[in-house]
Amino acid sequence: MARPMTITEKILARACAQEEVRAGDFVNARLDLALANDITAPLAIQEFEAAGMTRVWDPEKVVLVCDHFVPNKDIKSAEQAKLVREFARRQGLTNFYDVGRMGIEHVILPEKGLVVPGDVVIGADSHTCTYGALGAFATGVGSTDLAAGMATGEVWLRVPETVRFNYEGEPGRYVTGKDYILYTIGLIGVDGALYQAMEFCGSAIKALSMDGRFTMCNMAIEAGGKNGIVEPDAITEEYCRGRALREPVMMKSDEGAQYERVIDIDVGSIELQVAKPHLPSNSVPASELADLKIDQVVIGSCTNGRIEDLRMAAEVLKGRKVHPDVRAIVFPGSQLVYQQAMREGLVDVFIDAEVAVSTPTCGPCLGGHMGILADGERCVSTTNRNFVGRMGHTGSEVYLAGPYVAAATAIAGTVAVPEEVLA
Amino acid sequence: MIFEGTAHKYGRDVDTDVIIPARYLNTHDPGELAAHCMEDIDRDFIGRVQPGDIIVADENFGCGSSREQAPVAIKAAGVSCVVAASFARIFYRNAINIGLPILVCPEAAVGVENGDRLRVDLDKGEVVNLTRETMYQADRFPEFMQEIVMAGGLMKHVKKRKQSGGANA
Repeated sequence: MARPMTITEKILARACAQEEVRAGDFVNARLDLALANDITAPLAIQEFEAAGMTRVWDPEKVVLVCDHFVPNKDIKSAEQAKLVREFARRQGLTNFYDVGRMGIEHVILPEKGLVVPGDVVIGADSHTCTYGALGAFATGVGSTDLAAGMATGEVWLRVPETVRFNYEGEPGRYVTGKDYILYTIGLIGVDGALYQAMEFCGSAIKALSMDGRFTMCNMAIEAGGKNGIVEPDAITEEYCRGRALREPVMMKSDEGAQYERVIDIDVGSIELQVAKPHLPSNSVPASELADLKIDQVVIGSCTNGRIEDLRMAAEVLKGRKVHPDVRAIVFPGSQLVYQQAMREGLVDVFIDAEVAVSTPTCGPCLGGHMGILADGERCVSTTNRNFVGRMGHTGSEVYLAGPYVAAATAIAGTVAVPEEVLA
Repeated sequence: MIFEGTAHKYGRDVDTDVIIPARYLNTHDPGELAAHCMEDIDRDFIGRVQPGDIIVADENFGCGSSREQAPVAIKAAGVSCVVAASFARIFYRNAINIGLPILVCPEAAVGVENGDRLRVDLDKGEVVNLTRETMYQADRFPEFMQEIVMAGGLMKHVKKRKQSGGANA
């Protein structure tokens, strides 16, 4: 009988065919999926080919998504995307997603059932940790690690210590997974979970939707975490039904598993959060920023670009107009999310409210294209980073929030909570 | 390996967006990336940096995006080594994988001032401050990572293992 392990340890033990692993062990884990995008794949492909590799280890398990600078924003980006496309064709990759079929990588991989509970996934994108919401181990790596993963189907990992976060209590109206995670990062800091697994537990997580869990795990990296993870349950099973392409392996942390720390959080005391420039840990109650004038609102991204997020935004925007001094842009996370939003009438709500609705892209989140900020401009965004220059000019500012606050802000023209505009 | 150069000192949480802003990620050419290295945190860096110079920073260097273009830009700018109180994990892996020497040395992060002359002995894990005549001891790489560094980077390590049948063929 192996000693008690956390869910992260159990997934990694299984992936390296050992009865048990401990935090601090170095393991070679077998991969279920290796992912890259149009910014990270070109470098990975170059490394892969320079090492004399000819075939990827499994053409069904290497996933390439063009989502950052597409639809191609300039000639150089077009060349990068072309390189990725040609490699995908040469290698016969089953899972290559391009304009019209793509979406933001961390929205479409779960949506298409490519990631299932129990998986080990690496992605050359730091927000790969999103898939922990499914009870998988998923972590971001660089292009060379990805190249090695594409070649061997394995990755070396140091088994992380785990910090357990217990979320208990009843959240206030409009308080979402985004508020939980911004509050948590504010509590522990941007390196508060450096190299560690962040295990999100407790009754408030059990009550959280899949989309809310994706949002939380997505931002584990913003606390320095190696992975975020939620134990799979009935909500996970329901999500996987009809979409999982492989048999899910549902794991749970053992009774008596060792944690580096346990942090208890009462969600009833969490107000709607906004993270001020220039770190995601600068979170404060939105109410403290009332009167702060905003030039742009962005709703979408791998953090908050799922259907539930768009429903929240539409709930606030319905029958109202965006403030004349604000440009509001909605980026559905995938073609499916877009279509679903249309079917539900959300796109009409947005357009009637004078919101621009865009094709899925990572564009504005990282200051790529489709919503770059000028010097001195301020944006409230449902994305994940507010570093200096993240969305454009180094003199611009990004305030991170959830869809409710973003939508309310779009209407008010200043940082606002839904109650202020719904009255 | 021994490096000698001038220290460029930064604070904590230097993120990869300021090391190489995303607006320049439409290329992976090291020279082009180097031309914009540290642009959003230190506009004069690229004009000042000399081959062999050393970046010294506080905690959590390289946080944020996984972009390997960040260590690539630093290396191509001529920086010989990055010394920090701690590194964000993806940057740490990327630096090792592409052969940019890094050292975890909280003492140096405290003691070194911008412009100090430093000598770094990577094998011994020593950072000598020539300006202040002090020595700081850094952590040594775990053995597992030394193997990768010795092989000349991750892909060479993988190739070697593949050839010896050590990994999935």
